[in-house]
Amino acid sequence: MTLEAKNLTFRYPRQKGPSPLKGVSLSLSSGERLGLSAPSGQGKTTLCRLLAGWERPNSGQVLLDGVPLARHRGFCPVQLLWQHPEEAVDPLLKLGTTLREAGPADRAVLDALGVQDSWLERFPSELSGGELQRICVARAMRPGLRFLLCDEVSAMLDLITQARLWRFLLDQAQARGLGLLVVSHDSALLEKVCQRVVSWEELSR
Amino acid sequence: MNRRRSTLILLVLACALLLAVTLAGGLLADGAASADFTRKNLPPCFAFPFGTDWMGRDMLKRTLAGLSLSIRIGALTAALSGAVALALGAASAAFGGWVDALISWIIDLVMGIPHILLIILISIACGRGLWGVTAGVALSHWTSLARLVRGEVLQLCRTPYFRMAQRLGVSRKRLFCSHLLPHLLPQLLIGLMLQFPHAILHEASVTFLGFGLSSERPAIGNILEESMAYLAAGRWWLALLPGLSLVGVVMIFALAGERLRLLLAPASAQE
Repeated sequence: MTLEAKNLTFRYPRQKGPSPLKGVSLSLSSGERLGLSAPSGQGKTTLCRLLAGWERPNSGQVLLDGVPLARHRGFCPVQLLWQHPEEAVDPLLKLGTTLREAGPADRAVLDALGVQDSWLERFPSELSGGELQRICVARAMRPGLRFLLCDEVSAMLDLITQARLWRFLLDQAQARGLGLLVVSHDSALLEKVCQRVVSWEELSR
Repeated sequence: MNRRRSTLILLVLACALLLAVTLAGGLLADGAASADFTRKNLPPCFAFPFGTDWMGRDMLKRTLAGLSLSIRIGALTAALSGAVALALGAASAAFGGWVDALISWIIDLVMGIPHILLIILISIACGRGLWGVTAGVALSHWTSLARLVRGEVLQLCRTPYFRMAQRLGVSRKRLFCSHLLPHLLPQLLIGLMLQFPHAILHEASVTFLGFGLSSERPAIGNILEESMAYLAAGRWWLALLPGLSLVGVVMIFALAGERLRLLLAPASAQE
């Protein structure tokens, strides 16, 4: 499978100034691990939102195997791991409910991530960012998942948890043939986990 | 005892008092209408704390019956306008585009007309009486709540967890029930509670002006309107005591709504 972005241009409603995204193209295939680094404020997160179908581009297309991503109903094969896990879970729901939102959770995945059962009985405000991020990762690991967009997923974690999380993501990518887009400021991390690293200029050429 | 608990106790007391007035008024409705010319025009005394009128009717019973009617109309209108506000506010935010523009325009339109004028117009159009007043108050009081709901839904739909749930394939119904409703409920409850005083006062004023409930009903507006003729004759208790009771009930409702807001709004939960 391939995830393709063709000439994306996007501006938030009522946003002033130049578009954060202008003519951005990108292609990612299954099993590929692509790194993206760019200075702050260039629109990396906006690009991820478009690729995951959170927003519709003003012009250009996001295609999954040639079919527009917006046509997908049900579980979207492209999932975004949000930079701030505490914003990605409903503060009023227990985490068990949040985790099972897309369907029953996979025991092996929970064990591999070190998610404890007691966490699932709590509310988001009672867990740390790292614990929440692991629950978010587990939630996205559905059988239908094909592409995972990791937007600074490990920036808030300590080094050991960071290493564990990446070990898990790389293993899963390998086993399931997932395509990963890794967005980070940390060039050492990108060198380590990605097969190829592109800069922002190369995307918007 | 912490602040939260004393707030809760005040809230429960206020609600209990209002419930008691409602029940007592409902039970006394028959007694309120019975006339006895042997005891007419009595000033407040031990047997008749609110005095009696020119037909010898017990003013305390009439006042309680009137307040009870007011509270019941208030409950009905609050429920109706709450439902309208939730439906229109959510539809406005969820569909966007021309639906949003149309609903926002209607909200502005209704807000732009003075409440009392709109209530009188709707009440007359609906044939006055109980249903006229209820329709009038309900159809004029949903706007600010609808605007609030619209803003909240717009904001909630943009949160990452809502977007995430959408892309995880959660159905529309579940999105609404688990991600929108629990967040809207506190605002909605507080809005409804604070709607009561408005509804009661407007019901009383429309009835007072003669466009509301029919004159044989023991409504506060009717009691006040009738007593106007006797004020000059020195029968002060006919207007003063029912009027003060109305103010009291309205204040208790405002107080209860305020306590509820303090309890439910996260930022002030410990104040």
